[in-house]
Amino acid sequence: MDALINGLIEILKPIGITEPVFQFMLVNAILGVSIYLTLYCGLFSLANAGFMAIGAYVGVILTQSFDLPLFGALLGGMIAAGLIAIPIGIPTLRLRDIYLAIATIGFGEIVRIMILNFDDFVGSILTLVQGERVRFTLIEGARGIKGIPKLTESWHLILFLLILMFFLTRLHHSRLGRAMTAIRQDEIAAASMGINVVYVKNVVFIMSAILAGAAGVFSGHLTRIVTPQAFGFDKTVDILAFAVLGGTSTWFGPIVGGLVLTALPESLRFLKEYRGVFTGLVLLVVIVYLPGGLINTTSWSKFIRRFTNRPESPPDENSGHSTTRAN
Amino acid sequence: MDTLLQQVVNAISLGAIYSLFALGYSLVFSILGVLNLAHSAIFMSGAFFGVLAVNQLGTPLWLAFILAMVGAGLLSVTLEFVAFRPLRRRNAPRIAQLISSIGAAILIVNIGQLIFLQQFGRTEAYFPRELVSLDPIIIESLSIRIAPIRMIIVVVSLLLTILMQYLVGRTQIGQHMRAVAFNQQTAALLGINVSRIFVFAFFLAGVFGGAAGMFYGVVFLNVTPFIGEDVALIGLTAIVLGGMGSIQGAVLGGYLVAGLQVISVVLGGSSYRNAVVFLLLFAILLVRPQGLLGQSESTRA
Amino acid sequence: MLELINVSRGFGGVQALSGVSLSVPPQRIVGLIGPNGAGKTTLINNVSGLDHPNGGQILFDGQPIEKEPSHRITRLGIARTYQNIRLFGEMTVRQNLLVGQHSLGRANILEAVFFSPRYRREERQYRARAEELLERFGLASVAGMAAGNLPYGDQRRLELARALATEPKVLLLDEPTAGMNPTETKALGEHIQDLRNDGLSILVIEHDMSLIHQVCDEIYVLNFGQIIAHGTSDEIRTDPVVIEAYLGRDDDGAA
Repeated sequence: MDALINGLIEILKPIGITEPVFQFMLVNAILGVSIYLTLYCGLFSLANAGFMAIGAYVGVILTQSFDLPLFGALLGGMIAAGLIAIPIGIPTLRLRDIYLAIATIGFGEIVRIMILNFDDFVGSILTLVQGERVRFTLIEGARGIKGIPKLTESWHLILFLLILMFFLTRLHHSRLGRAMTAIRQDEIAAASMGINVVYVKNVVFIMSAILAGAAGVFSGHLTRIVTPQAFGFDKTVDILAFAVLGGTSTWFGPIVGGLVLTALPESLRFLKEYRGVFTGLVLLVVIVYLPGGLINTTSWSKFIRRFTNRPESPPDENSGHSTTRAN
Repeated sequence: MDTLLQQVVNAISLGAIYSLFALGYSLVFSILGVLNLAHSAIFMSGAFFGVLAVNQLGTPLWLAFILAMVGAGLLSVTLEFVAFRPLRRRNAPRIAQLISSIGAAILIVNIGQLIFLQQFGRTEAYFPRELVSLDPIIIESLSIRIAPIRMIIVVVSLLLTILMQYLVGRTQIGQHMRAVAFNQQTAALLGINVSRIFVFAFFLAGVFGGAAGMFYGVVFLNVTPFIGEDVALIGLTAIVLGGMGSIQGAVLGGYLVAGLQVISVVLGGSSYRNAVVFLLLFAILLVRPQGLLGQSESTRA
Repeated sequence: MLELINVSRGFGGVQALSGVSLSVPPQRIVGLIGPNGAGKTTLINNVSGLDHPNGGQILFDGQPIEKEPSHRITRLGIARTYQNIRLFGEMTVRQNLLVGQHSLGRANILEAVFFSPRYRREERQYRARAEELLERFGLASVAGMAAGNLPYGDQRRLELARALATEPKVLLLDEPTAGMNPTETKALGEHIQDLRNDGLSILVIEHDMSLIHQVCDEIYVLNFGQIIAHGTSDEIRTDPVVIEAYLGRDDDGAA
């Protein structure tokens, strides 16, 4: 395994992809799948960075304060994110597109603010209970947790992603997968097929949170520092860009998107300086001109035709109706 | 500790800015049924144009204000052409329009950042202190301190709000806007140029967002490419609270959110200022998603 | 089989249904006719759980179901089609029929991941049942096409096949022949009669009187949210109240 990975890194090095970059590519592929699951079910949820933060903090606390191995932290982070998704999902998933988006953005911000104030808050409660002043430090607010050992290794990520890919192919051959597609296309018709729409949405939301949580645990043990600033709205937008760039018609898209969008600024150095501009452009241009993302070949051909050839001539409006329209 | 009355005064001057900002959000939503998540970037651009006019062109404040409004309005119209119109043509799902507006927001903020660096050498610029008198007028008998510029902001905000009410409620173009908001097809059949109404709505929204951004910059003196992020969720909270798409609701929501922030600072300290707002946002969405003044929307097709 | 007792549904000031009682006996085809806006679709929506009545009772096999959500009602054994066809347009024809069988299975996602025996057995059954329905409704040749790209008549038939995939006891059809030509209408009528002979109870809303007369064992007439007549096809045809309220005035659909 190690030899294989090293070989791969050697091949990728000339285009600027070092091992850390490679590892972030894989983490981001997981994140892309995380938001893909909800999008695939027609849910525009932007809570991913929040769940990622929960996974990262829980995972790091488990390895640092409880001396758990990475695997235990991974499980802990995934479970924590999944559990928190339940009370968040049940009320919010009733909301429709825009409202769900706003509510989940709000959730992300609340998570960030809670992390910022967690120590103070617990400290003041302890002070109240014990009757004397207690200083509580666990997650260090805005300063973040530093000095985390780099426990995540490439093979962890590759293995995780392979298992995830297998799971996704199975998902698409299952009742749940079909129900997700049906809900995206027509919720009302899906319900009249006997699909419990609310239940399916919640299951999908929880799965999405669990994946974001896992990505959080991995990334916390890669960056070696976790701060609340790393999980703000910007992060959610990045995650969204992975899925949008790759395309969300199959699970393959967000993985491609996560890999490509992470690798590009490293391969094309000039992009690094204009990273944000690039992310914005990706979202805008892909959604507007390349619906279906990188993996969608039909929209590619339309895209290419658009810029190489004259546009397809629109149906001739003036032929049949001109007389009636004239007056 | 400030008096209660002083807190009310603070809340009003903050609320004036929030409600101007929320008005733009609300206007576009009511007419297109789509949320323009790049509105916070428009807000930032207003402050940016203002600071640029004052510092680089040396214009007086009132002219900078007008330039900020027009500049933000034009930027907002550009968004309509680039990020919304092509998707509407294709009949793309609403989610696609939300995503493209997020893309546009990121793009504007990052371009803003590049221009800041180029113009000012860093991602921060200031309105000159002497240009805006910040020395408060002190009313002894009520023990209130208020900066004259804040009073001007409140008055101008109110005037703009009234102007918006008048435009939408009393003029022909307002009538057309309401017709388009009600039903685009019907409006088109009635001979209304729907595309022009969209452009006008985006311009108006941009003007209001830009004005709010400029005021925000003037009150806090410093302007960064990221000030839109400070207010993005606050504006959303305001329009959700007031009722999405309702003009009076946006204004009311803006003042309520400001009031809530001021109260939570008094009671819990500034670190909980935004947490309280977002908890409120959450609660409203769950209990009464149509907001305080919004029409109850049937969730069924 | 299906019984409505005094069902009312109002929207604000408008009373869409007021005190409607009707029953669909086992193995019968019941027609529901009435002018536009009479409340026919509201009635079907209330039975299928998409909407809920303000008053009255809906009994299915003697059990009250008026408060049940849509997916539960399907699971109990009531399936429906829609006036303006609601297929899963991006899915293939076959996949539409697989989704239709959603509530028949039990296997969860983990069983799918580990290929459990139950999962495999259920998937085999879904496939077999889908093929059977494809054959029966003449859709086998288009099974792999996206449902949204089918010609109109095929879409109507697919929607009916998909409703049957849920294995209902009662079938609610909301204008099943809208947009069909006379030949297609007649063929569909024969399908509907076959379904009754297989044991289904059917409630049909129609504008097309030829279908109603062809297939219905009994007919209810709805006007302004109230049942104004009930009888056999011949009785309804000659009922003066009906003629005045419906046939005499309706000028856009009755043939």
